[in-house]
Amino acid sequence: INMSFTFAAFSYIIALIVDAFLIFFAIFHIIAFDELKTDYKNPIDQCNSLNPLVLPEYALHLFFNILFLIAGEWFSLLLNLPLILYHINRYRGRPVMTGPGLYDPTSIMNHEVLSQCQREGWVKLAFYLLAFFYYLYGMIVSLISGA
Amino acid sequence: MERLPPPVMNGGAAGQPQQQRFSSLPSLRPLGGFQSPQPPPSMTLKPSTNVVPPPGPPRLDGSLMNGPPSALPPRVSLGGNFRPLFVNGQPGQLSGPPARPPTGPAQRSVVGHLVPPNVSPAGPPLKPPLGSGPVTTSSSPLINGHQRPSPPTNLPESISNRSSNRSSRQPSPIPTSQLDRMEMQATPVSGLTPSGSLTNLNEGFCPPTSRSQSSSSLVDESAKISPRMSPRMSPITTTTVSGQSLPVNGTPVSMSLSSEPSVSGTPVSNMPLNRTVGSPFQSSGQVANQTQVHLSDSVSSHSNSSPSTVQSSVSGHISMASSNVPSLSRRPISGSSVSGNHLSSASGTVPGKITHTAKPTSGPQSGVPSVSGTQHFIQKGSVGPSLAAQTHLATSTVPSSSVAASVASFAASNSPLVAQHSAVASVALSPSVGARPAVSAPMSNNIRRSVGPLPPSVGPPLASMGPQRSFGPPSTMDYRLTSLGPPQTSMGSPQMLMGPPQTSMGPPMLTSMGAPRPSLGPPPTSMGPPPTSMGPPPTSMGPPPASMGPLPTSMGPPPASMGPLPTSMGPPPTSMGPPPTSMGPPTLMGPPTSMGYRPTGVPPPMSTQGTAQPGSFPQYPGQQQQFQPQFRPSGPPNVTQLSQQLGGLSVTRDGWNKIWGTHPLDLLQQRQVLPPEGVVPPKPVLAQDYLPNCSPDIFRCTLTKIPETKSVLQKARLPFGMLIHPFKDLEHLPVVSCNTIVRCRSCRTYINPFVVFKGERRWECNLCFRVNELPEEFQYDPVSRTYGDPSRRPEVREATIEFIAPQEYMLRPPQPATYLWVLDVSRQAVDTGYLKIVCDVLLAHLDKIPGDRRIMIGFITFSNSVQFYLMGEDQKHVQMLEVGEIEEMFVPNPEDLLVNLEQSHSLVEDFLSTLPEAHAATFQTQSALGPALQAAYKLMSPIGGRITLMTTTLPSVGPGALKAREDPNQRAGKDIQNMGPATDFYKKLSLDCSGQQIAVDLFTLNSQYVDLATLTGVSKFSGGCIHHFPNFHVTRNPASVNPFMSCLTRYITRKIGFEAVMRIRATRGLAITNFHGNFFVRSTDLLSLPNINPDAGFGMQVNIEESLHNIRTACFQAALLYTSSKGERRIRVHTLCLPVSPNMHEVITAVDQQAVIGLLAKMAVDRCLSSSLSDARDALINACVDGLTAFKISLSSPAHGALEVPPTLQLLPLYTLALVKSIAFRGGLSTKLDDRLFAMCELKTLPLKHLITFIYPDLYPIHMLSEKGALNVDDQVIPQPGRLHLSAERLERCGAYLMDTGTTIYIYVRSGISSNWVEGTLGVPSYAVIPQPLYEDALPVLDTMDSQLLCNFVSHLQRNKPYHAPVLVLKEDNPARMMFIQHLVDDRTESSHSYIEFLQFLKTQIK
Repeated sequence: INMSFTFAAFSYIIALIVDAFLIFFAIFHIIAFDELKTDYKNPIDQCNSLNPLVLPEYALHLFFNILFLIAGEWFSLLLNLPLILYHINRYRGRPVMTGPGLYDPTSIMNHEVLSQCQREGWVKLAFYLLAFFYYLYGMIVSLISGA
Repeated sequence: MERLPPPVMNGGAAGQPQQQRFSSLPSLRPLGGFQSPQPPPSMTLKPSTNVVPPPGPPRLDGSLMNGPPSALPPRVSLGGNFRPLFVNGQPGQLSGPPARPPTGPAQRSVVGHLVPPNVSPAGPPLKPPLGSGPVTTSSSPLINGHQRPSPPTNLPESISNRSSNRSSRQPSPIPTSQLDRMEMQATPVSGLTPSGSLTNLNEGFCPPTSRSQSSSSLVDESAKISPRMSPRMSPITTTTVSGQSLPVNGTPVSMSLSSEPSVSGTPVSNMPLNRTVGSPFQSSGQVANQTQVHLSDSVSSHSNSSPSTVQSSVSGHISMASSNVPSLSRRPISGSSVSGNHLSSASGTVPGKITHTAKPTSGPQSGVPSVSGTQHFIQKGSVGPSLAAQTHLATSTVPSSSVAASVASFAASNSPLVAQHSAVASVALSPSVGARPAVSAPMSNNIRRSVGPLPPSVGPPLASMGPQRSFGPPSTMDYRLTSLGPPQTSMGSPQMLMGPPQTSMGPPMLTSMGAPRPSLGPPPTSMGPPPTSMGPPPTSMGPPPASMGPLPTSMGPPPASMGPLPTSMGPPPTSMGPPPTSMGPPTLMGPPTSMGYRPTGVPPPMSTQGTAQPGSFPQYPGQQQQFQPQFRPSGPPNVTQLSQQLGGLSVTRDGWNKIWGTHPLDLLQQRQVLPPEGVVPPKPVLAQDYLPNCSPDIFRCTLTKIPETKSVLQKARLPFGMLIHPFKDLEHLPVVSCNTIVRCRSCRTYINPFVVFKGERRWECNLCFRVNELPEEFQYDPVSRTYGDPSRRPEVREATIEFIAPQEYMLRPPQPATYLWVLDVSRQAVDTGYLKIVCDVLLAHLDKIPGDRRIMIGFITFSNSVQFYLMGEDQKHVQMLEVGEIEEMFVPNPEDLLVNLEQSHSLVEDFLSTLPEAHAATFQTQSALGPALQAAYKLMSPIGGRITLMTTTLPSVGPGALKAREDPNQRAGKDIQNMGPATDFYKKLSLDCSGQQIAVDLFTLNSQYVDLATLTGVSKFSGGCIHHFPNFHVTRNPASVNPFMSCLTRYITRKIGFEAVMRIRATRGLAITNFHGNFFVRSTDLLSLPNINPDAGFGMQVNIEESLHNIRTACFQAALLYTSSKGERRIRVHTLCLPVSPNMHEVITAVDQQAVIGLLAKMAVDRCLSSSLSDARDALINACVDGLTAFKISLSSPAHGALEVPPTLQLLPLYTLALVKSIAFRGGLSTKLDDRLFAMCELKTLPLKHLITFIYPDLYPIHMLSEKGALNVDDQVIPQPGRLHLSAERLERCGAYLMDTGTTIYIYVRSGISSNWVEGTLGVPSYAVIPQPLYEDALPVLDTMDSQLLCNFVSHLQRNKPYHAPVLVLKEDNPARMMFIQHLVDDRTESSHSYIEFLQFLKTQIK
């Protein structure tokens, strides 16, 4: 078997690694909101710890999608496009705040907000997990087919 | 309980020693015995533990109740931390102890090295005061709180956990012997007795037992200590005692901690404490407080333990004192009397025995100037020799007679209760007799009703007995008896129980009895909510008898039990029910809502069975008597007969519906839906209606019947939520002080009237259903001085109660009342003239500011720059410091900016009288509001308190500067922009404030846009309040002056609670989802309220997360923990209990429409901010449509072409329309953005009663007031004109009308008014010459009948407002009439529907 290291393969490898990070982000997110819901954390502290992570997460996700774009991995890009749009939209609708981030301690305890964020966390976790295997598959395929 | 968020500031290493001081002492529970009140078991403990029991609390209560409480370690003064804290915390700018001057230098020095080496002979210096005793456990589990405090019963809920990061401070769970505080107070407290009497009680209490107790302990102490002390209490002496500290400070300062001599004198206790006994009550509401104070005080130094302990404790204190000085927030625990004894002992005057631990009689107390504050700041030399003398007085013995009298009175007051209790007992018994255990409670209740006025004991006579015997399992009876107490009563009760059912149901009884019997075995569950009850007897008739038992409905016709089954019943008929049998006179039922309620009527079954029967059943209440005899025969169950009768009901359903007020109305036909006498809030109908429920003024639910499942709620399509006014000024507030506040161990619910007692020793939580142990002291009944019946305690007799919190509920010593005023002195502000008014009002009420002697006050002004004012006591003049560096705000001088009001009183007065002139010539037009707030925050953060911010202009420079965003051309647009904040600067600042227990109250007196949308953030999240006086100007708009002044007066003098948190708990299965009001939500059910004021209302939405099957009632409990202005930690608990219903129709007919509209308004405001205005309007209308639609669906045969609503929803469309047209939500009319935003804030925070007036003002005709139907209050005849719809068609041409909008009262005089009336009320000859505008003295008090009546009426209206509303007289032909006309919301305007149009619109929407 000939294996060649194409750019597509490279982008999948990067995506694989980054996606692992994103999975951690999502888990952290879920835990954080669960803690909020069960009273263990002060919302101010929780927001302070969550907000700085929002943009990095978006950036990481965007980063390997740009790699996909460059590599011409259209299908992979297409899979991620909805999430990118969601991120953009989500960030546009964020509450008025000076710092980066999405979460406002004064409204985060609202039931809807809380449950929405929790749901978002789980959905993202599922998405990243599935994507992880997809990238793995994509990497192998591109390595093989590139030969 | 809710804990304070740990103060942030204490951080570093410096904090450590302090923490130690707070080490928690596990309270030693008395080993043994509670048996006899007399000898406190604690005594026995003494030797072994090394700790001495607190000197017997002189009070009666103390001895009795406390008996068990055993030895408590000497109390540690909490005060300590406070001061040092800031020092450490704010090294930079606030280098010194920031605020508090008095302690000044000495303390600081102390802080550096905490304890002088030679301090105490006894213990190691740094040791925590308590250290020596075994008691002291350094461990404060709470500290960082990952674990809950071990002491089981009342663990405070550790808030600290939640805000773990911040918490560095230990909670001070020192279980001081608060023995005394406890119980008895409870007694007076109980509120059963009139407050006035209470006071007497307290003072008078001196139980003999306590004396003996105290004496023993004291003796040792006195002996040992006395030598050290100088004989008399001269200040110096004190020094020596507490002593050792003196050298350290070099100044006597530390000594003076206790303002009162007695306190200071006490060797061990630095405890302050002297609560002034004699102080006059300020308000009736406060009476209770004071009482407790008395009671509570005393324990103080339990110091008397073995010498070693004492000494160590002393040293501890000293160190504390030195470090903390000013803060002083000690808790007033120590009793003055106790301390007094100590003193005497110490002084040597009382040598060996201090047998009389007397409580200070009232006499001595009065003699002593009231030292209300626990400690006040130390003044140099303030401790005069005179104090000693006073102390002495205090020691004098108490008049026993007064005590006795008070006790007697108390007992008397309780006597009625006793009867009730017996009823309760009977309830418990009932199960054993025959019915299912679960049912018992309701049954008894029913019984009572059926019996009518007769006390339960009377019961149905012999006939009823019959059954009893037959069932009569004596064995079961006995079983019960043991648990319940007096057998006799129990016997009586069973009779009762039996009685009613017989009468009503005759036949079923037998069957029911028989069946259950075997099951009786497990009586223990008796009270509890019988899971089975609701259920299900699906079989319609056959088994019903059996089922009856458990069902609350048991009262009436047993078939009622069937009712609950949704399936079986038709919806509507339910309401009709069998009320006649059960209820007795139907008139009693009053509120239509009651109908739905199961116990009263057994509605549902009716329909099902109805098919079978002809209506032989008597329909109307009047016939009830006949009815009963019929059934008397109580023969064997005659099912068919029964069903026949029930069936009859269905035929006559309509008649009943009318009588009970549940008949659907056709709104299109009904022009007058507003009840002229005002809307009476529906009362939740509980099976146990003898239980006190929370007043609807305080706590209301939108549904007075809770849907059993989420699907029922969804079908009902009504908002489900609560509205609460937690800190309302109350006239009768029972206050309890006890060692252990009884709470559920798993959910921390406070014990309340709706818990179920299981025998003597256990109770079942009504929220989580855990069975808890009852502390022994709770079973003591102070009235009869017996044990065993916990149901007599005030905690289970009052749905609103206040506890004096023990120390576990504090994270730091209670803060002093601290007020900081931040005033705008820019050119525009000075022009309005508001500054002078503020200063004048403040000056006039300086003495009425709530607080003790520790009150601190400060002022900051701002324009282009920020000015501070030095007012230290040692200064001759007020000195102004101006800071121009607004980008990097700092506080120029941490001391003397916040000063003790008492010590700097004259300087403050000088300042207030000169401030207006000082800035009169300013030309600064900018507003550095942001920086001023930052400075205020920095200044206050070590202490917490209240910042009052007054501004007239848009903040324009420095951080927080805003831009004018409003486009005046868009004011009338459909959708309004810029309703959200422009920056989060204010929000962030308010969160910081919230973390430091600071609230910011905002007053805007603007004529231009100030961006309330952004500015209000500073109050919204810090628990502040918001007041808006648009176009305020002293000369140009004189009408605005009076409201401002009266508002300000109320603001300054009203009650206030500091560092508060409120937690709302609900029965398991219900979850609170959203909160509305001004606060910060710290966790799912905890609101952080740096300040709480009596005018703040809150709302919350509730969700049903688990079905409430098998639960007959659902409860909500709101607990507000706060620090009173007197430095006491208190918990106010409100409990509301509501029945649960599985039937959607019942739910809808039990709606509280005012609460619904109140909650909808709050939700709509949220919608506005998150979405858009038009969205919010649509949502409101949809909510109304949904509610009416759901009702229509629930009707079996809706009338065609009619808009049918239940009486409980008849106002919903009216209110909805008014809300849509209100300033907050209206479109089309030009509305300033600020006014709109302010109206939204009002909707969010007004208590419901005021909110309704705000939405739908009250309109009264006043041209023909008469005494007919008038109230008579205080010999004043108050006419009661009926309310009118807000429509021009109701205004007769020759009439005069009064409209009460809550904040303003308009009197609108139409042109056709008779001259007589005008002359008789306004004092001018005719309509034509009525002066306009009439601002001052709008209503002259004349010597005519008309004038008298009108003035009485107006003053009656005024009494119900937080502060007086201005009265404006408007003539029909004056353009100013628009102020009145705009409130006529029933009429159509260019852009909105009239009420009739709106109804027609609704009709098209309801499918």
